[in-house]
Amino acid sequence: MTLIDLANPTRFLAFTARLLPWMAAVTAILLAVGLYQSAMAPDDYQQGATVKIMFIHVPNAWLSMFVWGVMSLAALGTLVWRHPLADVAAKAAAPLGAAFTFLALVTGSLWGRPMWGTYWEWDARLTSVLILFLMYLGLIALWRAVEDPSRAARAAAVLTLVGAINLPIIKFSVDWWNTLHQPASVMRMGGSTLDRAFLIPLLVMAVAFSLLFLTLHLAAMRNEILRRRVRAMQMIHVAQAGQRPV
Amino acid sequence: MSLGPYATFIATSYLVVLVVVALLIAWIVVDYREQKRRLSELESEGVVRRSARKDKT
Repeated sequence: MTLIDLANPTRFLAFTARLLPWMAAVTAILLAVGLYQSAMAPDDYQQGATVKIMFIHVPNAWLSMFVWGVMSLAALGTLVWRHPLADVAAKAAAPLGAAFTFLALVTGSLWGRPMWGTYWEWDARLTSVLILFLMYLGLIALWRAVEDPSRAARAAAVLTLVGAINLPIIKFSVDWWNTLHQPASVMRMGGSTLDRAFLIPLLVMAVAFSLLFLTLHLAAMRNEILRRRVRAMQMIHVAQAGQRPV
Repeated sequence: MSLGPYATFIATSYLVVLVVVALLIAWIVVDYREQKRRLSELESEGVVRRSARKDKT
């Protein structure tokens, strides 16, 4: 099966049916390994055991931006190539992105209280991530508010591409402004500043959460295709009922 | 394994992640069953999609 074959929703459903159980199993194993390594990681010399929050906060923060990136590519697919699965992919990803962003905000807040002495600070990094969360909610509301799926798809795609401007602002906010949030310590020029004892569990958890997103995304896309089939069949059903003699 | 004086913050963080991920999985599973049920109801009433009709001919 080539990649272009997956553009057909029926073939995509058959493909996901075979792939999903394997992806779910690998995700569960990697999450278990990552959680074990996180539990066994040593305390930080400054932060003590609170460094363990990093192993769930950072993967969720990465995913909050990665999911919007995936949605931006899908938005291009909707507007430029009118790919049949592009809007399905974007719509299925939005609630997942909102959930990961919510988790990044909550775990960051719970990490900030003992380390910074506050749950929240209106600095550039925290505020730009909060804006990202609100944009996810706005997109979900837009898809729900517009009845016609093709009109909703185009409007959502435009809003997604406009919202992508926020991604570099989030990424570089810690360099451009004086913020309470620490600068990048893993993905930076000159390599990671993290010790291997923290870096390895963090990378395992990052891969595990990324696989979790891909698994849930495929499953949510499958649901969205089925929902659109139900909608199409309901419209046929209503049309047939209207043609019947009274 | 000792979590020190901030154990509540660490435990709450992991618990919130666990609950939200569990809710996401449950939502996707319940939604899948609901869509499959509605599809089979429509099919049992004799409704056929246009593309499915093309496949049969």
